[in-house]
Amino acid sequence: MGTYVTRRLILTLPVLAGILVITFLLTRLSGDPTDLMLPPNATDEARAAFRMVNGLDQPLWTQFIRFAGNALVGDFGASLRFGQSAMSLVLERLPATAELAAATMALALLFGIPAGVMAAVWRGTATDVSIRLVTLLGQAVPSFFLGVVGIIVFAVWLRWLPTGGRGSFGQLILPAATLAFNLVALIARVTRSCMLDVLKQDYVRTARAKGVWESKIIWFHALRNAFIPVLTVIGLQVGLLLGGVVVTETIFSWPGVGRLAIQAIYARDFPVVQAVVFVFATIFVAVNLIVDLLYAILDPRISYR
Amino acid sequence: MIIGGTKALDRLDEPATAQDDPVLQVEDLKAHLHFGAGVVRAVDGISFTIRKGETLCIVGESGCGKSMTALAIMGLLPKPAGRIVGGRAVLQGVGDLARLTTKRMREIRGRAVSMVFQEPMTSLNPVFRVGWQIEEAIRVHEKLSRAEARKRAIAMLDLVGIPSPEERYKAYPHQLSGGMRQRVMIAIALACRPKLMLADEPTTALDVTIQAQILRLLNRLKSETGASLLLITHDLGVVARMATRVCVMYAGVIVEHGDVGDIFATPLHPYTQGLLASIPASRGGGERRRLNTIPGIVPSLANLPTGCRFADRCPHAYERCRKEEPPLAEPRDSSNGNEAQKVRCWLYLDPQRAGEGTLWRNA
Ligand SMILES: Nc1ncnc2c1ncn2[C@@H]1O[C@H](COP(=O)(O)OP(=O)(O)O)[C@@H](O)[C@H]1O
Ligand SMILES: [Mg+2]
Repeated sequence: MGTYVTRRLILTLPVLAGILVITFLLTRLSGDPTDLMLPPNATDEARAAFRMVNGLDQPLWTQFIRFAGNALVGDFGASLRFGQSAMSLVLERLPATAELAAATMALALLFGIPAGVMAAVWRGTATDVSIRLVTLLGQAVPSFFLGVVGIIVFAVWLRWLPTGGRGSFGQLILPAATLAFNLVALIARVTRSCMLDVLKQDYVRTARAKGVWESKIIWFHALRNAFIPVLTVIGLQVGLLLGGVVVTETIFSWPGVGRLAIQAIYARDFPVVQAVVFVFATIFVAVNLIVDLLYAILDPRISYR
Repeated sequence: MIIGGTKALDRLDEPATAQDDPVLQVEDLKAHLHFGAGVVRAVDGISFTIRKGETLCIVGESGCGKSMTALAIMGLLPKPAGRIVGGRAVLQGVGDLARLTTKRMREIRGRAVSMVFQEPMTSLNPVFRVGWQIEEAIRVHEKLSRAEARKRAIAMLDLVGIPSPEERYKAYPHQLSGGMRQRVMIAIALACRPKLMLADEPTTALDVTIQAQILRLLNRLKSETGASLLLITHDLGVVARMATRVCVMYAGVIVEHGDVGDIFATPLHPYTQGLLASIPASRGGGERRRLNTIPGIVPSLANLPTGCRFADRCPHAYERCRKEEPPLAEPRDSSNGNEAQKVRCWLYLDPQRAGEGTLWRNA
């Protein structure tokens, strides 16, 4: 197990290098980053000084080495807008985003898994049909639309929940529900089909032959097996979830990394954009690593070698 | 019959029952599968009894309803198609299994009657340790601490002949061979010391040498635990080695029933004779004996012919066979010993024809 983890960790190194290259190239896409970083009316002297200070007169690979060295210690330079270190701006907002992501995942699992299990157990009944209809809807409707509808219905008409901001539990509900909706639908659908497959297996019959309670067979024996492929699907959704975070945080004025990213892009605050991209990419890699390790723990048939 | 070497185990939780009460008495049991398109009469009125310490073998070609018979007794018919539509299966000290509530049936399963399945490779849950799976079978029915249950589980692994049971306790199913997994299944089945174990082709999926080991193990455990065994097989070699009595099953019904010696020495039903004729002359060795040399095909259980179900394949069928289904009864000129041999064939039951079967059998 230990060597397996080490090996998986080593395998992420090339991915991290790739992330660094892409982040670096972000500011080089339009040629000279001086044009991006300085106002259009800057003098030629100011531009030359800027190039000198930031090493932009050096060859590209020298610039990259310098960038990568700084990035690895979290230094993406100062925000053009706030003057503060770009990385510290991102890290300040990370807890808000983590809170939203955790609430989303909790909601998605709390509703998606039971819905999928019940649809499978009561296959073909009204329960199954309604769950499948809702999941179909949930996968078809984009989250920004849901977010706007949610604000109109629950915040503007019913006045049950605030329209945005962060601090109270009430403020967390709408953005988390918006983000979770697609995920609930997906998890429910995958759980249903995996459970249908597992419930046909011989070992379920063995459990029945032992006299195990049906509820334990369904929620423990069968679900423990069906959850393995569900976990894989969740892992594949992390990228989409991070994208959804950006949209949802903006709609609900949630003070997280996603909203910061949009603001930074509009303000052409490139150091902050780089820091956000780097942090999001690292989170993506880390979550996938965790999913892989969980997968190996949940399925004893996976060899650690 | 005489039960050799039976070590009676204390079963304090049960009402005293007469010693000669059968462990299981099945009477005219019918289990059908109901589909939109029609009804598959998988078990269509079968009767037999199993006494203490006995091994009853049900033998017959694939698809004749053997597995459904066992599943009907266990209350595990495939849902929602499968249903017991008639008859009784009375388990000693429990009552008619066909009429138990779901809750009561769950209490009985694994405790008074248990089952070993045909597919050892897929019958154990891949994500749980085998020791835990045995332990669960015990803890479902008995109030025991984890430590006590664990001790019992390790003892069961030892009992079924698994080497270094403490280590194997921690193994996952995929780390064990097919034979070892079937031993684990047997350990699960016997963990609560049931009075009856059903084994549905327990060796069919295994290598020949492993088959012999498992059969030996079943015989040993039967005498050590005093359990009775309902053994389902399509292999007459297994029957010869294991059975006390035999039911020959064909297309959902029993066509012949008797002591193992009588069935092999004087098979009455043309189907039984066909099965025996398909065995290679040499009896030795562990070579498999497949029952596939009788010409013709088994009738569909969804669309049975009138008359005898074997008539289409029977070399001796006459008009009455195609018109009227014979009952399972003792032949009119029966001269067999203590345990009556019964047959479902007009050749022995029709007064006009009585004795003919015996004539051509010896020819
Ligand atoms: N799921 C099913 N759907 C339709 N028919 C089935 C199903 N399971 C069993 N049967 C039918 O029930 C009959 C008895 O099956 P089974 O008891 O499994 O036979 P055996 O164990 O003797 O090989 C067979 O003819 C088979 O076609
Ligand atoms: Mg079968």
